[in-house]
Amino acid sequence: MQNEMIANVSALLADGKVDRVLGWKRGELGWDVSPAVFHTPRELQQEFVYDRYCGANLSKYLVAECRKGGRLAIFLKPCDRPAFELLVKEHRISREMCHVLEVPCSGSYSYDPEAEEDRLDIRCAACEHADAHPLHKQVEDIEAMTPAERFAFWQGELSRCIRCNACRNACPACTCESCVFDNPASGVAQKAATNSFEENLFHIIRAFHVAGRCVDCGECSRVCPQHIPLHLLNRKLIKELRNAYGEDASLTAFCETDPEPSDVIGGGNRA
Amino acid sequence: MSVTEFRPKIVAFCCNWCSYAGADLAGTNRLGYPAEVRIIRVPCSCRVNPLFILRAFQRGADGVILCGCHPGDCHYSTGNYYARRRMTALFSLLDYLGIEKERARVEWISAAEGAKFAATMDDFVKTVTALGENRRLEDLRCKTK
Amino acid sequence: MRKLSLVSLPLLFAAIDERMPLYLPVRSDGRVEFTRWMGGQDIAFTGNTDRSAKDFFFPQSEELMRLRREGKRVEVLDTRREAEDFVLFGVRPCDVKSFDILDSVFLAGPVDSYYATRREHGVVVSLACHLPSSTCFCSAFGIDAADPAGDVAAWLAGDTLYLRANTEKGERWLAAYDTLTEPSDENAIADLQQIRDKVSALPLAKLNTAVFGGDKLATFFDLPDWESLSVACLGCGTCTFVCPTCQCYDIVDFYTGHGIQRLRCWDSCMYSDFTKMAHGNPRTTQRERFRQRFMHKLVYYPAEHEGVFGCVGCGRCLRKCPQALHIAKVMRTLGKED
Repeated sequence: MQNEMIANVSALLADGKVDRVLGWKRGELGWDVSPAVFHTPRELQQEFVYDRYCGANLSKYLVAECRKGGRLAIFLKPCDRPAFELLVKEHRISREMCHVLEVPCSGSYSYDPEAEEDRLDIRCAACEHADAHPLHKQVEDIEAMTPAERFAFWQGELSRCIRCNACRNACPACTCESCVFDNPASGVAQKAATNSFEENLFHIIRAFHVAGRCVDCGECSRVCPQHIPLHLLNRKLIKELRNAYGEDASLTAFCETDPEPSDVIGGGNRA
Repeated sequence: MSVTEFRPKIVAFCCNWCSYAGADLAGTNRLGYPAEVRIIRVPCSCRVNPLFILRAFQRGADGVILCGCHPGDCHYSTGNYYARRRMTALFSLLDYLGIEKERARVEWISAAEGAKFAATMDDFVKTVTALGENRRLEDLRCKTK
Repeated sequence: MRKLSLVSLPLLFAAIDERMPLYLPVRSDGRVEFTRWMGGQDIAFTGNTDRSAKDFFFPQSEELMRLRREGKRVEVLDTRREAEDFVLFGVRPCDVKSFDILDSVFLAGPVDSYYATRREHGVVVSLACHLPSSTCFCSAFGIDAADPAGDVAAWLAGDTLYLRANTEKGERWLAAYDTLTEPSDENAIADLQQIRDKVSALPLAKLNTAVFGGDKLATFFDLPDWESLSVACLGCGTCTFVCPTCQCYDIVDFYTGHGIQRLRCWDSCMYSDFTKMAHGNPRTTQRERFRQRFMHKLVYYPAEHEGVFGCVGCGRCLRKCPQALHIAKVMRTLGKED
């Protein structure tokens, strides 16, 4: 597989069809694979790797890479592909500059040096492509709780947040040039982690800003150093929007016959 | 020890063209509605960003209500349609996080519906009073002197 | 040197916690974190904590003061509370060394009184690293995993825990529990060499630090390698926040509606608003920010601290970086022989 991939892109480089390749690079310890840009077949031969540790979604780098000009080849796993499509659809990247090579994936893993074993990334446990579980099983489990239980569950998870912003920065749908949370003048910038409100605020807004755009690649959960299942917030929105507005639901569209919030959520909302 | 009755803080975002005028009409008709309601006028219900709602809670609101023109009557044609989807998504996420869904609400109130405005506010204040103080989405720093 | 049987360890912990809060590495839900002792916990004697121990002396956020305005008067409120003594038990040799690095920043004049107070009130009991992990490389930075610093050093050997006071403060502290421990021979722990052998056999133990140092600014600053090293950096703060030696902070004001809370919180050189000034951020690209972090550890810090590096080889950045861009890769790439 890996050799075939190297041969393919080496040929592209040699033919001058692309001038660089977005792929994954071998680390020091086997499991510490990083995304990388390769310029020559020699670099690919020496450092390119494709294995179970190649979880990173390379689409994330396309906005920056496309600005550099030229043509590039990019490897996309099934769950990376929708992110690529989204970026094209939103005109964030130029389709013509990218030569896409699709690669199969049988789940990505992270290595736990303490336990000395591989762990299947949390998102992969409910991957649409591997159909290990129904997509929304985890979301439904949380929905089945009482509000108090849900609150306790999420406080338990979110209280571990260290405000590193990895979830936001790894998200291929988060392509703002500068984020409201990085702007001290916005009034919501919050490096100082003193209050549970701020964790709620950050994670609600992070999930909301990609509502209807999230491609469910699960990078937010994979990169979280505190192992917070953040993709479950996004999946809830995906599920809710699909239920209420059908496939391809978006918050930048509407229909005159859309249901009222009260019809969707229940509770005190009466129109 | 005397028990002070809980009086919630309610923030009502009202669109300039319909609901704010509806509130005016309630006033000119001398219809009473609870003094707990603080109105913030916005150009359109669509102007309300989810951050506004969350910030209201942070700053001590116990309930937040968004009022706009009836669907189809938006001064800007379609603003409230967007607001409707947006708030549906936001409220479902709040509910998912275990935050009482009754604390946030969307209502469509036209400029002619002064009575509806007063009745809606009455009902919302009652609902939030029954829920008690907002504990799940509060920022303690804003509450301690 | 004192010793006690592992069976009576809970008794010792109970006695310690009765006098002052005791924090130790506890395994829960697949994570290890410093947690207040309460008995019946799964105490992690091997491996290391997910987050470093620096929180105890240099917390992620702390309130410095409050400002309150009444009319035209502004009142400054000192919100510091009486600090209480506490014990950190089971700090690994790398993390103990990180306290020296923090000290060199916060205790070198002008002394940071917030930090100094916590440091005075904390007793550090270190634990020799009997089972280092494949991500560890403390020996590359001259740390002896078999003989850790700290107020008191501890070793586990068989079913016995050995304790040795390293400082006067540690001696006083240890003496308080004399009834629970018994005297021991200084050379009772036989496996020191075993630990050292294990550590030096680790995959990253041979990282070359000799090529780095305070005088190497010109050597590394303009290397083209920074581009390929940093191209995948997402600009999140994970590496800096899990790092035991990263000590940069920001001071932010939070307006509460009736006053200001002034907070000091960890900052990250990976962030776009780090050291932002009126003209903007001096480092405008992620490549420059990335370079700053590693140059600080390997060049700038040693330049000001007699060649001591700003890294202790705990390996947290190896495990936690979302894209595995860690210091070992940087050192191997920059230090390679051409």
